Amino acid sequence: MRRIRCREEVCIGCRLCEVWCQVEHSKSKEIINAFLRETAFPRVRVEERGPISISLQCRHCEEPNCVHACISGALYRDLETCVVKHDASKCVGCWSCVLACPYDAIIRDDAHNRVLKCDLCEGREEPICVEKCPNDALIVEAYDAL
Amino acid sequence: MEGEEEKKWMKSYLLPEFIIERNEDRCIKCKVCERQCAFETHRYDEELDRMFSNEESCVGCQRCAVFCPTNALTVKPNQSAYRPNYSWTGERISDLTKQAETGAVLLTGSGNDRPYPIYWEHLLLNASQVTNPSIDPLREPMELRTFLGRKPDMLEAELMDDGEVRISTEMPPNVMVKTPILFSALSYGAISYQAFKSLAMAASEYGTLFNTGEGGLPKDLRKEYGKNAIVQCASGRFGVDLEYLNCSAAVEIKIGQGAKPGIGGHLPGEKVSCLIAETRMIPAGTDALSPAPQHDIYSIEDLSALIYALKEATNYEKPVSVKIAAVHNSAAIASGMVRAGADIIALDGLRGGTGAAPKMIRDNVGIPIELAISSVDERLREEGIRNRCSILAAGGMRCSADVVKAIALGADAVYIGTAALIAMGCTLCQKCYTGKCNWGICTQDPYLAKRINPDIASRRLTNLLRAWSMEIKEMLGGMGINAIESLRGNRDHLRGVGLQEWELEVLGVKGAGE
Repeated sequence: MRRIRCREEVCIGCRLCEVWCQVEHSKSKEIINAFLRETAFPRVRVEERGPISISLQCRHCEEPNCVHACISGALYRDLETCVVKHDASKCVGCWSCVLACPYDAIIRDDAHNRVLKCDLCEGREEPICVEKCPNDALIVEAYDAL
Repeated sequence: MEGEEEKKWMKSYLLPEFIIERNEDRCIKCKVCERQCAFETHRYDEELDRMFSNEESCVGCQRCAVFCPTNALTVKPNQSAYRPNYSWTGERISDLTKQAETGAVLLTGSGNDRPYPIYWEHLLLNASQVTNPSIDPLREPMELRTFLGRKPDMLEAELMDDGEVRISTEMPPNVMVKTPILFSALSYGAISYQAFKSLAMAASEYGTLFNTGEGGLPKDLRKEYGKNAIVQCASGRFGVDLEYLNCSAAVEIKIGQGAKPGIGGHLPGEKVSCLIAETRMIPAGTDALSPAPQHDIYSIEDLSALIYALKEATNYEKPVSVKIAAVHNSAAIASGMVRAGADIIALDGLRGGTGAAPKMIRDNVGIPIELAISSVDERLREEGIRNRCSILAAGGMRCSADVVKAIALGADAVYIGTAALIAMGCTLCQKCYTGKCNWGICTQDPYLAKRINPDIASRRLTNLLRAWSMEIKEMLGGMGINAIESLRGNRDHLRGVGLQEWELEVLGVKGAGE
């Protein structure tokens, strides 16, 4: 079971994780197109206060509040991979999950009336934010599922 | 100052040093450049949804250009120039303008960038052809291990009853490095904890030494990295205690520094954090002042007293190095140092770096390291005392060929400072003295210092040591030599090009073709 962890002591708050997340979750997957010609959003956010910064994305909780809060069944926990997934076709944009998430890791996509969240870059061997972090602050962490 | 009126704002007549070109077609307004620049050069305008750059504050460190994910930025020297004038160059005019506006000593960082002759470029190496075989270091053993410290004047051996031969001469303490490349003195305080630790980690990983500089060795690093540390005892005596001296591989008395011979140091109070204060044993937030001289050394006899005090404190188990800036009478001074008991002579040349120095001193004082190595080596050989010390050369070693040439001129090993910083990310923007190093090296700002991840930086440093060591082996092999020891002072393997008679004489090398 995997999730991304940020090592605060080397996170430099450059926000390149946000940039590349947005690219990876765009249609073109090309950076200039993704930013200038598409509307895509990153699913990771950097929290910053003074010199302390931390890149925060879905923790893929073992008991996910967001899944419990979801009124439409769009959010679910994949029993095999333990990844908390989001089925955008079912999302009704009620923002219940946004309120329920203790990490503020679910992002509102007002334009499409749905939420966005980290999917650990399905299909990629390593999530793009981990690969592109210039200071090796992001690591994929394995943990034992309940 | 008495009678001084409140300073009025003055329009600066300086031209921006750098011009920033932003390719608007590529700029995605991600603001990475804005965040990466501690000099606040880039700015995002929300209303216009555009990035703007304030070129006056750009130092040309290239951090923004390297981090821009779309390569939208080009930072290049400002081409607009004053009327060409051989005497009044642009740099002279802008330096003078700066002083007219500030009334202050010009400060700078890094090493001398003036076009003094670089003798490495005028020395060529030999290679074996026909009459002696060259050696392939990938197939045959090649020895780079170097022992630093005093060697005995003669060796006495005894034949034991069981037929074994035992060396009966007492061997002075020596320290072994796996490659003749050590990291120069870069103090914690001048550089960030992260950069300091990176050097320690790389030295330990590769089997060489790093130098603590004058800022002491943080307690948490002593156990793990002390055995790879040359601990410095400088004029400020910061952080010197018994544990500091004894956890080390060697002790170094710092008399001078190549970048600023004759000048002390000044670490401003705002950089003296709690950990630096603890390490340096001074109150937090106070200026750390290193006097220009060691106030207890006014003669060779005084130096001897300190050398033996340190030997006494370390139970004669560690070689004691004395570091001086390469100046006009280095050879005579070095001879005195060896006779005073120094086991290692560290020579820091004209192009040695610094975190802060007055520009006039950095650019005009000292002599090139190449000439200093050869004259010191020659003098010590003439006097028959070369074996009593190792020579460590510092200041301007830019590549492995420079290291090979330094050793052929007579050094035992070299210190690299600037090269190591470049390996960690430094781009020689020379703004070390501002404390705003965008690469996280020469700063105590926690936001900037985090930019050095010791795991990455130490890997980069280890890679550098590995690459240079391999190249040194290749060059040695080409010369038909299989141990770095055989190269030391072997000037027959060097020939000079484009040098005058006196330069060849000081270097002790023949001209090419001779």
